[in-house]
Amino acid sequence: MPTIITMPALSPTMTEGTLARWLIKEGDNVSAGDIIAEIETDKATMEVEAADEGAVGQLLIQEGTEGVPVNQPIAVLLEEGEETSSLDGFQPSQEASSEPTPSQVEEPKAVAAVTPSEPVLAPEPDELTTKSPASDGERVFASPLARRMSEKAGLDLASIKGSGPRGRIVKADIEAALEGASILASATQAQAIPPTPAAMPAPSPIISDGESDVVPHSNMRKVIASRLQDSKQTVPHFYLTVDCEIDRLLAMRKELNSRDGADYNISVNDFVIRAVALSLLKNPEANASWLEEGMIRHSSVDVSVAVAMEGGLITPIIRNADHKGLAMISAEMKDLAGRAREGKLLPEEYQGGTFSISNLGMYGIREFSAIINPPQSAILAVGAGEPRPVVKDGALSVANMMSCTLSCDHRVVDGKLGAELLGTLKNLIEEPMTMIL
Amino acid sequence: MTEIQYDVVVVGGGPGGYVAAIRAAQLGLHTAVVEAENLGGICLNWGCIPTKALLRASEIHHLMTRLDEFGLSVKNLEIDLKKIVERSRNVASQLVGGITHLLRKNKIDVVEGRGRLSGPGHLSIISKDGTTQELVASHIILATGARARDLPGLEADGKLVWSYREAMVPDILPKSLLVVGSGAIGIEFASFFNELGSDVTVVEVLDRVLPVEDLEISAFAQKSFEKQGMTIHTGATVTAFKKGKSAVTATVNFGTNDEKDFKFDRVIMAVGITGNVENLGLEQAGIQVDRGHVVINQWCETSASGVYAIGDLAGPPWLAHKASHEGILCVERIAGVDGLHPLDVTKIPGCTYCAPQVASVGLTEAAAVEAGRTVHVGRFPFLGNGKAIALGEAEGLVKTVFDSDTGELLGAHMIGAEVTELIQGYTVARTLECTEEDLVHSVFPHPTLSEMMHESVLDALGRAIHV
Repeated sequence: MPTIITMPALSPTMTEGTLARWLIKEGDNVSAGDIIAEIETDKATMEVEAADEGAVGQLLIQEGTEGVPVNQPIAVLLEEGEETSSLDGFQPSQEASSEPTPSQVEEPKAVAAVTPSEPVLAPEPDELTTKSPASDGERVFASPLARRMSEKAGLDLASIKGSGPRGRIVKADIEAALEGASILASATQAQAIPPTPAAMPAPSPIISDGESDVVPHSNMRKVIASRLQDSKQTVPHFYLTVDCEIDRLLAMRKELNSRDGADYNISVNDFVIRAVALSLLKNPEANASWLEEGMIRHSSVDVSVAVAMEGGLITPIIRNADHKGLAMISAEMKDLAGRAREGKLLPEEYQGGTFSISNLGMYGIREFSAIINPPQSAILAVGAGEPRPVVKDGALSVANMMSCTLSCDHRVVDGKLGAELLGTLKNLIEEPMTMIL
Repeated sequence: MTEIQYDVVVVGGGPGGYVAAIRAAQLGLHTAVVEAENLGGICLNWGCIPTKALLRASEIHHLMTRLDEFGLSVKNLEIDLKKIVERSRNVASQLVGGITHLLRKNKIDVVEGRGRLSGPGHLSIISKDGTTQELVASHIILATGARARDLPGLEADGKLVWSYREAMVPDILPKSLLVVGSGAIGIEFASFFNELGSDVTVVEVLDRVLPVEDLEISAFAQKSFEKQGMTIHTGATVTAFKKGKSAVTATVNFGTNDEKDFKFDRVIMAVGITGNVENLGLEQAGIQVDRGHVVINQWCETSASGVYAIGDLAGPPWLAHKASHEGILCVERIAGVDGLHPLDVTKIPGCTYCAPQVASVGLTEAAAVEAGRTVHVGRFPFLGNGKAIALGEAEGLVKTVFDSDTGELLGAHMIGAEVTELIQGYTVARTLECTEEDLVHSVFPHPTLSEMMHESVLDALGRAIHV
């Protein structure tokens, strides 16, 4: 009997993915563990391994097909001796149907090998922020018109809350989503325009003329858009900024990195990660998440660090960062950042941190404020370390300074708590020796 | 003076009011209906229902005059107008009895009298015998309906110049009849009297009959009416009546300096309707009224808190089913029912029971284009439908309008036999947000008139089978 390979769920909340590339072709023999395809999910590109051996009878989904639902059959393996004629009845479906026929799902010999384990700690972000009732592999109820409109607009139905009967997504919901998007776009646009009233052009539509290209959104872009928009709209942000003198930190870094036999190169950011972890340890109330039903106090300190990558960003996590030394943090960060840029992170490596750091210092940004990544309740925006005039003991002098801005979710972190957290951080950064205590 | 406390009091027991009251009772709200005359309102007593009874008679008459086509014959076909009217009245009173029963079943108090807002949450009810009582209600829903609009100098007198009210219970079959206004009401009466032998003239101020319908449907209808012997003047107005003893001379203006006098036995005025906004205490309550209608928001709320208006009182489209739906929406909103959407008028079908019947839902082709939509349009003639030919009803058209970008069914417009029963198919499709694809994939039973609805959609895609 032929074995059906279905679209694997590469994360607990994945509902669909893009079949980016086939690494096999019809007729190939595969053994269990062979890599057969690359799947692009909302954040990463992942490899799919074969769980069984056999000859590839048929590839049911074309390379590059977007929005293939989890559990949709994607290929058929033939056992030894089976003819391709036994494929009769397997219709290659180009269109991703959201409901696999019962006979096809009966044997979910899904490629379990790559299904990652649940994130060990902390709540899984997708679960908490998703607005749609649709979760893993569940059918999204939407009117035909809503489906067509969302397809045309490149909207992800799963990210839209339905207002029709039993949560069915209807035209009005798509229009509301599109309106939200255009408000966002025009707001950004308005900011970019210098406030010279005479030169103020009329608000232009998103697509102004035939010359503009429309680039379809990647899954990552859609996730960034919906998550951050949701965060900025629903999480009550407030911001606290401190300037930290980093002369001692720089000196200590130089000393550590220049030690004989040093097999590490600790960055300023690695110090910040460690300092953040220790600050959270000291102020555990800030290591928490807001849920409607109650506050989640996280038992571990998992620091997400934003890493820019082609087409967006991703936040790999240094787990239990409070238990890790600078060298270990540095090594882990290097590995995670490298794989992040290649899109090869596993879901548990980027899902479920308890606090985020975003560092734009290397781009010369002096200070900025970042958007919280729910369900986390704070994010630290780190600016560039630079020599600045400072007043010490009543006299003007020069010191290397670094500004850090903490964005707090006021539902979880009040002003005093945020200030204490930031104060602890400042002390650790200014007295880096205390980080070893 | 007694005082009773209710959750909801509905003023007016028409299709808006009594439906709102029943829904309120279903939701566990203590409810009363205030009605001055008959439960069921204009719809049951003087509108939708009794006219359908009248038009059934004219429809049968029409078939009888065509019996020869079907190989049948009858001798001495006679019209007993008195009996036709009597039947129509009996139908109405049978249904009014039904409403009384429904309200009782739902434990809704019916208070006889006219309601007037007398303070926040308070209503004074003045009954026919002059006694008053005070009702106290958390929510007051005004559903007093509307009446025929009068034109200054051309008022209906109930004798030679009728409103729908007299036209519904005619004492004679006028030899010649002028119908002023070619909306649904005017055209239905024109159709009825024309079929029974009156020499009917219709004057319409706009450039076409049934002006709210799609252009093609209006044109189709006018041609058909004229073929049946009606005289139709569009782009014309009646400027004066000179009343004689048993006839009226009407001055019809066809444009600048082009006026002619015509003599008619009777005139029916059907130039629109105006809301019953008087004596409701609206002004004191600070409720906004605009051009004879109470101003409401999408949830039927007026500008006074706790006071709502539904149906004809709140403005067009003046349709019983719109009133009922608003009544339900309003009450569910009051009761805090989840997942409500405001009523979308482009999902409300409209039916006119002239011969041939006219029915539509959604945007006309012109309205869709004006709204900036790129459209593709499907048409299918009754002539291409087996059932229509077998019925001897080969005159008609089914037109559909789709958005070219999204495939949304923007509108459907039909004229011909039984289209008032067919339109619901498209209404469901539009409400469920079907695209043309979903309609193409739907199987329509053969042989039925409904097959034309399928073919029209196919035609919009350039792939109709039977044309």
